[in-house]
Amino acid sequence: MARVAFTTNLQRHVACPTQEVSGSTVRAVLDAVFATNPRLRSYVLDDQNRLRRHVHIYVNESRIADSVGLTDPVRDSDEIFVFQALTGG
Amino acid sequence: MGERILLGTRKGLFDIRREGNGWQIGQTAFLGDPISMVLQDPRDGALYAGQALGHFGVKLQRSTDDGKSWTEIPAPAFKKQDDDEGPSVSSLFSLETGGNDQSGVLWCGTIPGGLFLSKDHGESWSLIESLWNAPERQEWFGGGTGEPAIDSICVDPRDSRHVTVAVSCGGVWQTQDRGGTWQLTAEGMYAEYMPPQRRNDQRIQDVHRMVQCPARPDALWVQHHNGVFRSTDGARSWQEVTAIRPSKFGFAVAVHPKDPDTAWFVPGIKDERRIPVDAKLVVARTRDGARTFDVLSTGLPQNHAYDLVYRHGLDVDDTGERLAMGSTTGHLWVTENGGDSWTLVGGNLPPVNCVRFC
Repeated sequence: MARVAFTTNLQRHVACPTQEVSGSTVRAVLDAVFATNPRLRSYVLDDQNRLRRHVHIYVNESRIADSVGLTDPVRDSDEIFVFQALTGG
Repeated sequence: MGERILLGTRKGLFDIRREGNGWQIGQTAFLGDPISMVLQDPRDGALYAGQALGHFGVKLQRSTDDGKSWTEIPAPAFKKQDDDEGPSVSSLFSLETGGNDQSGVLWCGTIPGGLFLSKDHGESWSLIESLWNAPERQEWFGGGTGEPAIDSICVDPRDSRHVTVAVSCGGVWQTQDRGGTWQLTAEGMYAEYMPPQRRNDQRIQDVHRMVQCPARPDALWVQHHNGVFRSTDGARSWQEVTAIRPSKFGFAVAVHPKDPDTAWFVPGIKDERRIPVDAKLVVARTRDGARTFDVLSTGLPQNHAYDLVYRHGLDVDDTGERLAMGSTTGHLWVTENGGDSWTLVGGNLPPVNCVRFC
């Protein structure tokens, strides 16, 4: 299972503790998180399920390439970090 | 008489009450977070606050205990489209209650130009497809907001199915059947910022703000990008107001709740500079249907003042005597004599987006 962690700045608005979920892509991993925490979805994704412009996701040390489809692959041992970009505040 | 002001700012929501002879900042909420819109529903007392979180999108909050606690409820959102180019709401830019006969009905205007309706106190929202799919919408564009913005929603107190909305930049639209069908009614407005052939195109008029006189709903006033316009026939036609001083550019307008000939504006230098004329903040008031204007300055800064009052930053209470005005530099002024003199309530607030008596 992949480990997903969220910026502490997001915790101020909605509870989103670090958790381990299954999924072979970033989209699948996030959908698994949102299945148990539906309110979190709109904080990370926009109306069209694209990554919000001022939110960044890293898989391990690499920023994901596909912020629209969220098709970047994920392996069981990966760590996924959801950050706020240093813009847009 | 308005004894309370809700203030939506760049850094939170402020609840301001009249106490003794003055006004005091009381409760605060969402400190640090931008609030684009506030509303009190007079039908049930609920409070609503639209947030535009810089990183995490728009949110809608509701309080049913007069602001002591808030609960996030669903915000208006577009449906997922099949392609990757679909729209996403970036601001809750206008929010109004339906008529007194429509318990739970709310209207919300957004950036990028979607109008949404809730019939259940904001628990769910539906896009008004008939307006979104109007062919004329393809001509809309953004003004200061980047994308088209529905900035004003006027529900006719005589018939709550009759709703008039204003778009920056997309003209004035009316429905007689609660959003089933729409008519574009911006005849008489003109746009200096367009090529000459498109000057009178109703579809691209930049209506910064539109207000309707509650006692005489056929009387409406508009602060447009390049001037002030007035309608006396229910927005079917518009006439330019040329007597306004010291300039015709601005964002905000308020109309007296009982007297359709009395309205207030906050003029500034258009549009490349957007500062008060001669760096003196003034309010322009007409009491005779725009034939003449008073320029009101008592209590307002007249030396190196660079305050702008945005389109939702001026409000009038139900007596027409009290007005409140919040500025981009974090000042809040109140008048209790129709604008003859103003008192500074707060001078170190965040930039003000929205002012509402309740």
